[in-house]
Amino acid sequence: MTGALKGHGAGAPAEYYQRDRDLQPPAHTPIYKTSVMRSPRCSLISLDQGPGEITGPTFGHGDLQPGDNDLITNYAQDGLPIGPRMILHGRVLDENARPVPNTLVEIWQANAGGRYRHKKDTYLAPIDPNFGGCGRTLTDENGYYVFRTIKPGAYPWRNYVNSWRPAHIHVSVFGHSFSQRLITQLYFEGDPLIATCPIVNTIPDQAAIGQLIAKMDMNATVPMDAMAWKFDIVLRGRRSTLFENRPEGN
Amino acid sequence: MVQKLEYLRESASQTAGPYVHIGLAPGAAGFDIYERELGWDIAGPNAAGERITVTGTVIDGMGAPVKDVLLEAWQANAAGVYAHPEHPGEVEAGFRGWGRVITDFESGEWRFETVKPGAVTGADGRVHAPHINLWIVARGINIGLNTRLYFADEAEANAADPVLTGIEWEDRRATLVAARDERAEGQAYRFDIRLQGAGETVFFDI
Repeated sequence: MTGALKGHGAGAPAEYYQRDRDLQPPAHTPIYKTSVMRSPRCSLISLDQGPGEITGPTFGHGDLQPGDNDLITNYAQDGLPIGPRMILHGRVLDENARPVPNTLVEIWQANAGGRYRHKKDTYLAPIDPNFGGCGRTLTDENGYYVFRTIKPGAYPWRNYVNSWRPAHIHVSVFGHSFSQRLITQLYFEGDPLIATCPIVNTIPDQAAIGQLIAKMDMNATVPMDAMAWKFDIVLRGRRSTLFENRPEGN
Repeated sequence: MVQKLEYLRESASQTAGPYVHIGLAPGAAGFDIYERELGWDIAGPNAAGERITVTGTVIDGMGAPVKDVLLEAWQANAAGVYAHPEHPGEVEAGFRGWGRVITDFESGEWRFETVKPGAVTGADGRVHAPHINLWIVARGINIGLNTRLYFADEAEANAADPVLTGIEWEDRRATLVAARDERAEGQAYRFDIRLQGAGETVFFDI
Protein backbone atom coordinates (compact mmCIF):
# COMPACT_ATOMS: atom_id res chain seq x y z
CA MET A 1 0.00 0.00 0.00
CA THR A 2 1.47 3.35 -0.91
CA GLY A 3 1.29 6.12 1.59
CA ALA A 4 2.12 4.12 4.71
CA LEU A 5 4.24 5.82 7.31
CA LYS A 6 7.83 4.68 7.21
CA GLY A 7 8.09 1.49 9.24
CA HIS A 8 7.45 1.12 12.91
CA GLY A 9 9.76 1.41 15.88
CA ALA A 10 12.68 3.79 16.28
CA GLY A 11 12.81 6.35 13.49
CA ALA A 12 9.11 6.29 12.71
CA PRO A 13 7.54 9.76 12.58
CA ALA A 14 6.24 10.50 16.04
CA GLU A 15 3.11 12.36 17.00
CA TYR A 16 2.84 15.83 18.50
CA TYR A 17 2.07 16.39 22.16
CA GLN A 18 -1.56 16.68 23.10
CA ARG A 19 -2.66 20.29 22.83
CA ASP A 20 -3.13 21.75 26.32
CA ARG A 21 -6.78 22.74 26.22
CA ASP A 22 -6.51 24.29 29.69
CA LEU A 23 -4.33 27.10 28.40
CA GLN A 24 -6.10 27.42 25.04
CA PRO A 25 -9.33 29.42 24.85
CA PRO A 26 -12.44 27.23 24.84
CA ALA A 27 -14.80 27.62 21.89
CA HIS A 28 -17.74 29.00 23.86
CA THR A 29 -16.79 32.27 25.61
CA PRO A 30 -19.86 34.48 26.15
CA ILE A 31 -17.75 37.55 26.99
CA TYR A 32 -16.76 37.47 23.32
CA LYS A 33 -20.27 37.59 21.89
CA THR A 34 -19.62 36.25 18.39
CA SER A 35 -18.33 32.99 19.87
CA VAL A 36 -21.76 32.16 21.27
CA MET A 37 -23.29 31.17 17.91
CA ARG A 38 -20.04 29.99 16.34
CA SER A 39 -18.92 27.43 18.90
CA PRO A 40 -19.68 23.71 18.72
CA ARG A 41 -21.86 22.34 21.50
CA CYS A 42 -20.50 18.82 21.17
CA SER A 43 -17.09 17.86 22.51
CA LEU A 44 -14.19 17.62 20.11
CA ILE A 45 -13.49 14.02 19.19
CA SER A 46 -9.91 13.00 19.92
CA LEU A 47 -8.09 11.71 16.86
CA ASP A 48 -4.98 9.54 16.83
CA GLN A 49 -2.46 11.33 14.67
CA GLY A 50 -1.70 9.74 11.32
CA PRO A 51 0.02 10.88 8.14
CA GLY A 52 -2.46 13.70 7.56
CA GLU A 53 -1.87 15.22 10.98
CA ILE A 54 1.91 14.69 11.18
CA THR A 55 2.52 16.24 7.76
CA GLY A 56 1.64 19.69 6.54
CA PRO A 57 2.32 22.10 3.71
CA THR A 58 5.86 23.27 3.05
CA PHE A 59 6.87 26.62 1.62
CA GLY A 60 10.03 27.89 -0.01
CA HIS A 61 11.60 31.17 -0.95
CA GLY A 62 10.06 30.77 -4.41
CA ASP A 63 6.66 31.36 -2.83
CA LEU A 64 7.60 34.82 -1.55
CA GLN A 65 9.18 37.98 -2.87
CA PRO A 66 12.09 39.68 -1.07
CA GLY A 67 10.46 42.59 0.80
CA ASP A 68 7.21 40.77 1.66
CA ASN A 69 8.29 41.17 5.30
CA ASP A 70 8.60 44.96 5.11
CA LEU A 71 5.18 46.51 5.67
CA ILE A 72 6.70 50.00 5.63
CA THR A 73 7.49 49.65 1.94
CA ASN A 74 5.45 46.72 0.55
CA TYR A 75 2.40 48.85 -0.23
CA ALA A 76 3.97 52.33 -0.33
CA GLN A 77 2.60 54.25 -3.31
CA ASP A 78 4.07 57.75 -3.20
CA GLY A 79 5.57 58.04 0.26
CA LEU A 80 6.01 56.35 3.61
CA PRO A 81 3.13 55.25 5.84
CA ILE A 82 2.34 57.42 8.86
CA GLY A 83 2.89 56.07 12.36
CA PRO A 84 5.53 54.70 14.73
CA ARG A 85 8.12 52.73 12.77
CA MET A 86 8.85 49.40 14.43
CA ILE A 87 10.69 46.12 14.02
CA LEU A 88 8.95 42.92 15.04
CA HIS A 89 11.22 39.96 15.55
CA GLY A 90 11.53 36.73 17.44
CA ARG A 91 11.79 32.99 17.06
CA VAL A 92 9.39 30.19 16.35
CA LEU A 93 10.10 27.36 18.79
CA ASP A 94 8.39 24.13 19.73
CA GLU A 95 7.49 22.98 23.25
CA ASN A 96 10.85 21.21 23.42
CA ALA A 97 12.47 24.66 22.90
CA ARG A 98 13.81 23.57 19.53
CA PRO A 99 13.72 26.15 16.74
CA VAL A 100 11.20 25.63 13.94
CA PRO A 101 13.14 26.50 10.77
CA ASN A 102 11.79 27.35 7.30
CA THR A 103 8.23 27.83 8.41
CA LEU A 104 5.85 30.41 7.01
CA VAL A 105 4.89 33.32 9.30
CA GLU A 106 2.17 35.67 8.03
CA ILE A 107 0.95 38.82 9.76
CA TRP A 108 -1.83 41.33 9.24
CA GLN A 109 -2.84 44.44 11.11
CA ALA A 110 -4.58 47.81 11.17
CA ASN A 111 -2.74 51.05 10.42
CA ALA A 112 -1.54 53.55 13.03
CA GLY A 113 -5.09 54.86 13.46
CA GLY A 114 -6.67 51.43 13.98
CA ARG A 115 -8.17 51.18 10.49
CA TYR A 116 -7.90 48.08 8.31
CA ARG A 117 -7.63 48.16 4.53
CA HIS A 118 -10.77 46.04 4.21
CA LYS A 119 -14.10 47.00 2.75
CA LYS A 120 -15.94 45.70 5.79
CA ASP A 121 -14.05 48.08 8.10
CA THR A 122 -16.09 51.29 8.34
CA TYR A 123 -14.29 52.89 11.28
CA LEU A 124 -13.98 56.62 10.64
CA ALA A 125 -10.20 56.71 11.11
CA PRO A 126 -8.76 57.06 7.61
CA ILE A 127 -6.98 54.55 5.42
CA ASP A 128 -3.28 55.27 4.97
CA PRO A 129 -2.61 55.38 1.22
CA ASN A 130 0.88 54.01 1.76
CA PHE A 131 0.06 51.17 4.12
CA GLY A 132 -1.39 47.75 3.23
CA GLY A 133 -1.08 45.94 6.53
CA CYS A 134 0.00 42.44 5.62
CA GLY A 135 3.34 40.71 5.38
CA ARG A 136 4.92 37.27 5.35
CA THR A 137 8.30 35.62 5.76
CA LEU A 138 10.00 32.27 6.34
CA THR A 139 11.92 31.57 9.52
CA ASP A 140 15.63 30.95 9.01
CA GLU A 141 17.53 27.83 10.08
CA ASN A 142 17.39 29.03 13.71
CA GLY A 143 13.66 29.63 13.65
CA TYR A 144 14.23 33.39 13.54
CA TYR A 145 11.92 35.83 11.75
CA VAL A 146 11.79 39.60 11.35
CA PHE A 147 9.28 42.14 10.02
CA ARG A 148 9.36 45.91 9.72
CA THR A 149 6.04 47.70 10.11
CA ILE A 150 4.05 50.54 11.64
CA LYS A 151 2.77 50.08 15.20
CA PRO A 152 -1.00 49.53 14.88
CA GLY A 153 -3.54 51.63 16.75
CA ALA A 154 -6.33 50.42 19.01
CA TYR A 155 -9.81 50.35 17.48
CA PRO A 156 -13.42 50.14 18.61
CA TRP A 157 -15.63 47.15 17.91
CA ARG A 158 -19.20 46.10 18.60
CA ASN A 159 -18.99 43.71 21.48
CA TYR A 160 -20.06 45.76 24.45
CA VAL A 161 -21.24 49.29 23.60
CA ASN A 162 -17.80 50.65 24.38
CA SER A 163 -15.26 47.96 23.52
CA TRP A 164 -11.79 48.69 22.19
CA ARG A 165 -9.27 46.15 20.98
CA PRO A 166 -5.77 46.68 22.33
CA ALA A 167 -3.16 47.38 19.64
CA HIS A 168 -2.40 44.00 18.11
CA ILE A 169 -0.91 42.21 15.15
CA HIS A 170 -2.49 38.98 13.88
CA VAL A 171 0.03 36.17 13.42
CA SER A 172 -0.39 32.93 11.46
CA VAL A 173 2.19 30.12 11.69
CA PHE A 174 2.29 26.72 10.01
CA GLY A 175 5.04 24.74 11.73
CA HIS A 176 5.85 21.43 10.08
CA SER A 177 2.53 19.65 10.48
CA PHE A 178 -1.16 20.39 10.09
CA SER A 179 -1.56 19.71 13.82
CA GLN A 180 0.80 22.61 14.64
CA ARG A 181 -1.23 25.13 12.62
CA LEU A 182 -1.84 28.23 14.73
CA ILE A 183 -3.34 31.68 14.43
CA THR A 184 -2.92 34.09 17.30
CA GLN A 185 -2.55 37.79 18.07
CA LEU A 186 0.35 39.64 19.62
CA TYR A 187 -0.12 42.56 21.99
CA PHE A 188 2.30 45.23 23.18
CA GLU A 189 3.86 45.40 26.62
CA GLY A 190 2.26 48.06 28.81
CA ASP A 191 -0.99 48.49 26.88
CA PRO A 192 -3.76 49.11 29.44
CA LEU A 193 -6.42 47.79 27.04
CA ILE A 194 -5.05 44.24 27.23
CA ALA A 195 -6.65 43.55 30.60
CA THR A 196 -10.05 44.83 29.46
CA CYS A 197 -10.31 42.91 26.19
CA PRO A 198 -12.90 40.09 25.94
CA ILE A 199 -10.94 38.39 23.16
CA VAL A 200 -7.76 38.36 25.25
CA ASN A 201 -9.78 37.13 28.21
CA THR A 202 -11.10 34.11 26.32
CA ILE A 203 -7.73 32.66 27.37
CA PRO A 204 -8.24 31.13 30.81
CA ASP A 205 -4.58 31.15 31.83
CA GLN A 206 -2.82 34.37 32.84
CA ALA A 207 0.63 33.06 31.97
CA ALA A 208 -0.65 32.10 28.51
CA ILE A 209 -1.92 35.67 28.06
CA GLY A 210 1.49 36.97 29.11
CA GLN A 211 3.07 34.84 26.42
CA LEU A 212 1.13 36.83 23.78
CA ILE A 213 2.54 40.18 24.92
CA ALA A 214 5.51 41.32 22.84
CA LYS A 215 8.28 42.92 24.85
CA MET A 216 9.98 46.19 24.00
CA ASP A 217 13.51 45.31 22.87
CA MET A 218 15.94 48.22 23.16
CA ASN A 219 18.87 46.09 22.01
CA ALA A 220 17.27 45.43 18.65
CA THR A 221 16.03 49.00 18.25
CA VAL A 222 17.68 50.89 15.38
CA PRO A 223 18.71 54.31 16.75
CA MET A 224 16.98 57.25 15.09
CA ASP A 225 14.94 54.83 12.95
CA ALA A 226 12.67 52.15 14.47
CA MET A 227 11.73 50.74 17.88
CA ALA A 228 11.91 46.95 18.21
CA TRP A 229 9.52 44.48 19.82
CA LYS A 230 10.37 40.85 20.48
CA PHE A 231 7.78 38.10 20.15
CA ASP A 232 8.58 34.40 20.36
CA ILE A 233 5.96 31.92 19.16
CA VAL A 234 5.73 28.40 20.60
CA LEU A 235 4.20 25.58 18.57
CA ARG A 236 3.34 22.08 19.74
CA GLY A 237 6.31 19.84 20.44
CA ARG A 238 6.89 16.36 19.25
CA ARG A 239 7.41 13.14 21.09
CA SER A 240 10.68 11.30 20.72
CA THR A 241 10.30 7.84 19.22
CA LEU A 242 12.24 5.82 21.80
CA PHE A 243 9.36 3.61 22.83
CA GLU A 244 6.89 4.17 20.04
CA ASN A 245 5.13 1.62 17.90
CA ARG A 246 7.03 -1.44 19.00
CA PRO A 247 5.43 -4.69 17.98
CA GLU A 248 3.72 -6.34 20.93
CA GLY A 249 5.95 -8.70 22.87
CA ASN A 250 9.17 -6.81 22.28
CA MET B 1 11.07 19.11 45.99
CA VAL B 2 9.14 18.07 42.92
CA GLN B 3 11.22 17.92 39.76
CA LYS B 4 10.64 20.61 37.18
CA LEU B 5 9.86 19.82 33.53
CA GLU B 6 11.72 22.02 31.10
CA TYR B 7 9.05 22.33 28.42
CA LEU B 8 7.76 25.50 26.88
CA ARG B 9 4.00 25.94 26.55
CA GLU B 10 2.25 26.34 23.23
CA SER B 11 1.28 29.92 22.38
CA ALA B 12 -2.41 30.46 22.99
CA SER B 13 -4.68 30.74 19.97
CA GLN B 14 -6.75 33.83 19.27
CA THR B 15 -9.56 34.32 16.79
CA ALA B 16 -8.52 35.23 13.25
CA GLY B 17 -11.02 38.10 13.50
CA PRO B 18 -13.15 39.72 10.80
CA TYR B 19 -10.27 40.85 8.59
CA VAL B 20 -8.37 37.58 8.21
CA HIS B 21 -8.71 37.94 4.43
CA ILE B 22 -6.36 40.90 4.13
CA GLY B 23 -3.63 38.91 5.78
CA LEU B 24 -4.07 35.44 4.34
CA ALA B 25 -6.04 35.93 1.12
CA PRO B 26 -5.56 39.57 0.12
CA GLY B 27 -6.03 38.88 -3.60
CA ALA B 28 -9.29 37.05 -3.02
CA ALA B 29 -10.38 39.93 -0.81
CA GLY B 30 -9.74 42.38 -3.64
CA PHE B 31 -6.51 43.77 -2.22
CA ASP B 32 -3.60 43.46 -4.62
CA ILE B 33 -0.31 43.34 -2.73
CA TYR B 34 1.50 40.05 -3.43
CA GLU B 35 2.71 38.90 -6.82
CA ARG B 36 2.02 35.31 -5.85
CA GLU B 37 -0.93 34.42 -3.67
CA LEU B 38 -0.59 31.22 -1.64
CA GLY B 39 -3.03 28.35 -1.55
CA TRP B 40 -5.16 28.91 -4.62
CA ASP B 41 -3.94 25.82 -6.46
CA ILE B 42 -4.09 22.61 -4.43
CA ALA B 43 -3.25 19.95 -6.98
CA GLY B 44 -1.50 21.72 -9.88
CA PRO B 45 -1.87 20.82 -13.55
CA ASN B 46 0.14 17.58 -13.43
CA ALA B 47 -1.80 15.78 -10.71
CA ALA B 48 -3.26 12.41 -11.60
CA GLY B 49 -6.73 11.45 -10.52
CA GLU B 50 -10.25 12.65 -10.80
CA ARG B 51 -10.67 16.43 -10.92
CA ILE B 52 -13.30 17.52 -8.42
CA THR B 53 -14.97 20.67 -7.20
CA VAL B 54 -16.11 21.08 -3.63
CA THR B 55 -18.53 23.79 -2.55
CA GLY B 56 -20.20 24.53 0.73
CA THR B 57 -21.15 26.99 3.39
CA VAL B 58 -20.34 27.27 7.06
CA ILE B 59 -23.53 27.70 9.10
CA ASP B 60 -23.78 29.16 12.59
CA GLY B 61 -25.98 28.20 15.52
CA MET B 62 -28.86 30.31 14.20
CA GLY B 63 -28.75 28.61 10.82
CA ALA B 64 -27.18 31.61 9.12
CA PRO B 65 -24.22 31.34 6.74
CA VAL B 66 -20.95 32.58 8.15
CA LYS B 67 -19.62 35.06 5.61
CA ASP B 68 -16.17 35.77 6.95
CA VAL B 69 -14.66 32.29 7.13
CA LEU B 70 -11.26 31.17 5.90
CA LEU B 71 -10.79 27.44 5.23
CA GLU B 72 -7.61 25.52 4.62
CA ALA B 73 -7.50 22.09 3.03
CA TRP B 74 -4.72 19.51 3.41
CA GLN B 75 -4.89 16.32 1.40
CA ALA B 76 -2.94 13.47 -0.16
CA ASN B 77 -2.69 12.99 -3.91
CA ALA B 78 -4.64 10.35 -5.82
CA ALA B 79 -2.12 7.70 -4.74
CA GLY B 80 -2.55 8.59 -1.05
CA VAL B 81 0.76 10.44 -0.67
CA TYR B 82 1.09 13.74 1.19
CA ALA B 83 3.47 16.34 -0.25
CA HIS B 84 5.79 16.23 2.75
CA PRO B 85 9.30 14.81 3.22
CA GLU B 86 8.17 12.48 6.01
CA HIS B 87 5.56 10.74 3.91
CA PRO B 88 7.20 8.20 1.60
CA GLY B 89 6.28 8.22 -2.02
CA GLU B 90 6.32 10.84 -4.71
CA VAL B 91 3.77 13.48 -5.59
CA GLU B 92 3.40 15.04 -9.02
CA ALA B 93 5.44 18.17 -9.75
CA GLY B 94 3.37 21.13 -8.59
CA PHE B 95 1.11 19.07 -6.32
CA ARG B 96 1.00 20.89 -2.98
CA GLY B 97 -1.95 19.25 -1.32
CA TRP B 98 -2.72 22.48 0.50
CA GLY B 99 -5.26 25.11 -0.31
CA ARG B 100 -6.86 28.14 1.21
CA VAL B 101 -10.23 29.64 0.35
CA ILE B 102 -12.51 32.33 1.71
CA THR B 103 -16.26 32.59 1.55
CA ASP B 104 -18.10 34.98 -0.71
CA PHE B 105 -18.89 38.03 1.41
CA GLU B 106 -22.52 38.13 0.21
CA SER B 107 -23.58 34.48 0.04
CA GLY B 108 -21.17 32.73 2.39
CA GLU B 109 -20.37 30.13 -0.31
CA TRP B 110 -16.86 28.76 -0.61
CA ARG B 111 -15.45 26.59 -3.34
CA PHE B 112 -12.23 24.83 -4.25
CA GLU B 113 -10.98 22.68 -7.07
CA THR B 114 -8.62 19.78 -6.56
CA VAL B 115 -8.20 16.08 -7.29
CA LYS B 116 -9.90 13.40 -5.27
CA PRO B 117 -7.37 12.06 -2.76
CA GLY B 118 -6.50 8.37 -2.48
CA ALA B 119 -6.80 6.22 0.62
CA VAL B 120 -4.05 6.74 3.21
CA THR B 121 -2.58 4.14 5.54
CA GLY B 122 -2.23 5.21 9.16
CA ALA B 123 0.70 4.56 11.49
CA ASP B 124 -1.04 1.45 12.78
CA GLY B 125 -1.48 0.04 9.28
CA ARG B 126 -5.22 0.72 9.08
CA VAL B 127 -6.48 2.27 5.88
CA HIS B 128 -8.34 5.57 6.01
CA ALA B 129 -10.97 6.21 3.35
CA PRO B 130 -10.22 9.08 0.96
CA HIS B 131 -10.63 12.36 2.83
CA ILE B 132 -9.56 15.98 2.90
CA ASN B 133 -8.45 17.53 6.20
CA LEU B 134 -10.03 20.93 6.80
CA TRP B 135 -9.15 23.72 9.20
CA ILE B 136 -11.63 26.55 9.75
CA VAL B 137 -11.00 29.97 11.25
CA ALA B 138 -13.20 33.05 11.51
CA ARG B 139 -14.35 35.81 13.78
CA GLY B 140 -15.95 34.22 16.83
CA ILE B 141 -13.87 31.03 16.51
CA ASN B 142 -11.23 31.19 19.24
CA ILE B 143 -9.17 28.26 18.05
CA GLY B 144 -9.17 26.78 14.55
CA LEU B 145 -11.62 23.91 14.07
CA ASN B 146 -10.35 20.69 12.51
CA THR B 147 -12.63 18.41 10.57
CA ARG B 148 -12.51 15.90 7.71
CA LEU B 149 -14.38 15.75 4.44
CA TYR B 150 -15.19 12.23 3.20
CA PHE B 151 -16.99 11.34 -0.05
CA ALA B 152 -20.50 9.88 -0.33
CA ASP B 153 -19.52 7.70 -3.30
CA GLU B 154 -16.87 5.91 -1.22
CA ALA B 155 -19.44 4.19 0.96
CA GLU B 156 -17.52 0.93 1.25
CA ALA B 157 -14.25 2.60 2.25
CA ASN B 158 -16.10 4.95 4.60
CA ALA B 159 -17.73 2.00 6.34
CA ALA B 160 -14.26 0.66 7.16
CA ASP B 161 -12.64 3.98 8.04
CA PRO B 162 -11.22 3.93 11.58
CA VAL B 163 -12.02 7.59 12.25
CA LEU B 164 -15.62 7.50 11.02
CA THR B 165 -16.36 4.19 12.70
CA GLY B 166 -14.71 5.48 15.87
CA ILE B 167 -17.40 8.14 16.25
CA GLU B 168 -19.70 6.67 18.86
CA TRP B 169 -22.84 8.39 17.57
CA GLU B 170 -23.55 6.84 14.20
CA ASP B 171 -25.82 9.69 13.12
CA ARG B 172 -22.97 12.14 13.47
CA ARG B 173 -20.73 10.30 11.01
CA ALA B 174 -22.81 11.56 8.10
CA THR B 175 -21.87 15.16 8.96
CA LEU B 176 -18.40 14.41 7.57
CA VAL B 177 -19.56 12.99 4.24
CA ALA B 178 -19.77 15.32 1.25
CA ALA B 179 -22.68 14.54 -1.04
CA ARG B 180 -22.23 14.30 -4.77
CA ASP B 181 -23.69 17.47 -6.24
CA GLU B 182 -25.72 16.22 -9.21
CA ARG B 183 -26.76 19.71 -10.32
CA ALA B 184 -23.22 20.87 -10.96
CA GLU B 185 -21.17 20.05 -14.04
CA GLY B 186 -18.28 17.65 -13.66
CA GLN B 187 -17.49 15.78 -10.48
CA ALA B 188 -18.79 18.08 -7.79
CA TYR B 189 -19.37 17.62 -4.08
CA ARG B 190 -21.29 19.63 -1.55
CA PHE B 191 -20.06 19.94 2.04
CA ASP B 192 -21.90 22.21 4.46
CA ILE B 193 -20.35 22.67 7.87
CA ARG B 194 -22.67 23.30 10.82
CA LEU B 195 -20.83 24.90 13.70
CA GLN B 196 -23.53 24.34 16.29
CA GLY B 197 -26.86 22.75 17.02
CA ALA B 198 -28.88 20.27 14.94
CA GLY B 199 -26.64 18.36 12.55
CA GLU B 200 -23.53 19.84 14.13
CA THR B 201 -20.41 18.82 12.19
CA VAL B 202 -17.93 16.61 14.00
CA PHE B 203 -14.77 18.49 14.94
CA PHE B 204 -11.58 16.81 16.02
CA ASP B 205 -8.88 17.41 18.58
CA ILE B 206 -5.89 16.32 16.55
